[in-house]
Amino acid sequence: MVAFRLPPHSRIRLGKTWPVPEGAKEVLTVHVYRFNPEEGGNPRLDTFQVDRARCGQMVLDVLIQIKDQIDTSLAFRRSCREGVCGSCAMNINGRNTLACIQPISELGESITVYPLPHQEVIKDLVTDQKHFFAQYALIEPWLKTTTPAPERERLQSPEDRAKLDGLYECILCACCSTACPSYWWNSERFLGPAILLQAYRWIADSRDEATGDRLDELEDPFRLYRCHTIANCTDVCPKGLSPAKAIAEIKKRLLMRSM
Amino acid sequence: MDLRTPLARAKGLGAARQGCEKWWAQRVTAVALLPLTVWFVWFLAQLVQLPHADMLAWLGKPVNAVLLLAYLGTAFYHAVLGLTVIVEDYVHLFWLKALSLLALRLFVGMLAAVAVFAVVRIVP
Repeated sequence: MVAFRLPPHSRIRLGKTWPVPEGAKEVLTVHVYRFNPEEGGNPRLDTFQVDRARCGQMVLDVLIQIKDQIDTSLAFRRSCREGVCGSCAMNINGRNTLACIQPISELGESITVYPLPHQEVIKDLVTDQKHFFAQYALIEPWLKTTTPAPERERLQSPEDRAKLDGLYECILCACCSTACPSYWWNSERFLGPAILLQAYRWIADSRDEATGDRLDELEDPFRLYRCHTIANCTDVCPKGLSPAKAIAEIKKRLLMRSM
Repeated sequence: MDLRTPLARAKGLGAARQGCEKWWAQRVTAVALLPLTVWFVWFLAQLVQLPHADMLAWLGKPVNAVLLLAYLGTAFYHAVLGLTVIVEDYVHLFWLKALSLLALRLFVGMLAAVAVFAVVRIVP
């Protein structure tokens, strides 16, 4: 059954408050979710004071500053620092986004950072994405053909190529899936917006010859139809994509082939 | 302990290969309910002003009886589809879900039968 409260061992307690750095003129208060499985106990919310003049413009810069100058035990994923790799997805001031492209100036005087919602926490802001990527593997995200490969490249008209715009840009950061209540309640079986957008990327590809098989694998009350079109996914996508529209296109194609 | 691979867990029992029909039916009934509900509200507003005998005569007219039956059928079917989605969303234990869905169909089915019977009885 759906749970309305966090289980007792997941409830967040107040954590450590770090002092204001010496000589800081403009201080930014940052609350960060902390959990260390080796220490055990409940997760806690630590409060850091960061000297605004000594860190960069984005939330990721603040986290790097904290890890470098205040508490080296803070764990978070990051790589490209320019919104391309999708590693630093987290919940910042109540909204899933990429820390590396979220300007501090848009967030007010204090920042609260949690890991992505409803994924198991490995440590601090690092969540377990095994199931998310297994669901990605399920949709077989590669070009499938039975016609032997041509001698040169597989041709695609500019119009057909344009149909992949708004789909191929997805970086699988999981901001959308973890913002979806349906995915929270039924992630075991519902594929979620990110994976469905990726599935549609192959359904929409004119070079792919497995469209029917792909639709067969999606037609399921849970895998696809748990989407109730509340469009949180489209609202939070840090790349400005619309998984809700991609899901609607899949439903439309399923309807088209049954009529 | 779950020792399945992540892919085996994600695939589960496979795709049910159904869902499109119910999803479409929910949308079709929703659209049909728009004019039918407007008519039903107007119909109720008329009824309250009439004495009992006139009300029965008015209800007994074929157009009114057919529209009322259409409204009831569509509304109950739409309700079953919507409530099924809610149960599927929130009830995860298989036996409890199966029981809830059975009870739901039985309850709404009985309500629909009573409503249809009440209308049919009035028609002369």
